[in-house]
Amino acid sequence: MACFLVPAAEAVVTTIVTRTVKKKEKELEAKLSEGTEVKSAEAPRIKLSEKLNWLNIMLWGGSLLLMLEHIWHGEVVPWFPFLTAASSAEETSAMLHEMATVGVCMALLVTAVWAGMVFAANAIVKRQAEPAEQDDKEYAV
Amino acid sequence: MTLLITVFAAVISTALWYVKAPDSKMRLGTLSLMYWGASLMWLVDAVFEFVELKSEFFEPAPADMLNDAFLGLSAVALGLVVWIGIVLIKDPKNVIRGILVKK
Repeated sequence: MACFLVPAAEAVVTTIVTRTVKKKEKELEAKLSEGTEVKSAEAPRIKLSEKLNWLNIMLWGGSLLLMLEHIWHGEVVPWFPFLTAASSAEETSAMLHEMATVGVCMALLVTAVWAGMVFAANAIVKRQAEPAEQDDKEYAV
Repeated sequence: MTLLITVFAAVISTALWYVKAPDSKMRLGTLSLMYWGASLMWLVDAVFEFVELKSEFFEPAPADMLNDAFLGLSAVALGLVVWIGIVLIKDPKNVIRGILVKK
């Protein structure tokens, strides 16, 4: 009925968070560029804004394609109130129930998969950085 | 059927992204993430439908299957349209910028 609105709402929030994080990262980079030695000593890592961007794409993309499905089934219309289920109190109640169950589960699953992706990406980057550190130790010995 | 078609699109686009990575500038990662997002959402939809319909879920009417297949293909097409739009706007290879500057 309108389950895609829940992940779409989450997408709005995560997009705002991403923009704020990106802004802070740029400020931090500008500060670090003054002291380049500190920056070069840091291990390589994926920016938080980049990771959040993965979630944004999944949420926006998924919501968009699901909106197509709802238009296809006549549940979303181009005139007010845009959702056919909003025309009567009974249908509105069913719609809200669907949003609270299916919609929330959709948002949770996408976020959980994203969290798994972030965990895996961090582990891969860490694994890539470790041999280099070991090599350095070997040379030091 | 919609879920199946979207999952196939997600797997193919991810495989293409992996083959071309890390030098690819075509933003195939964006395309694959879009399809994965939609696949996960349709998976949840399918689970709820299965809980409601039980075994009937696996015996759809041919007309419904055809309709769902059309929907799945339309969803894949919409994803491709959005992706090509992003590629053209971001212009990662500076092709459009180059053409406009020449003129």
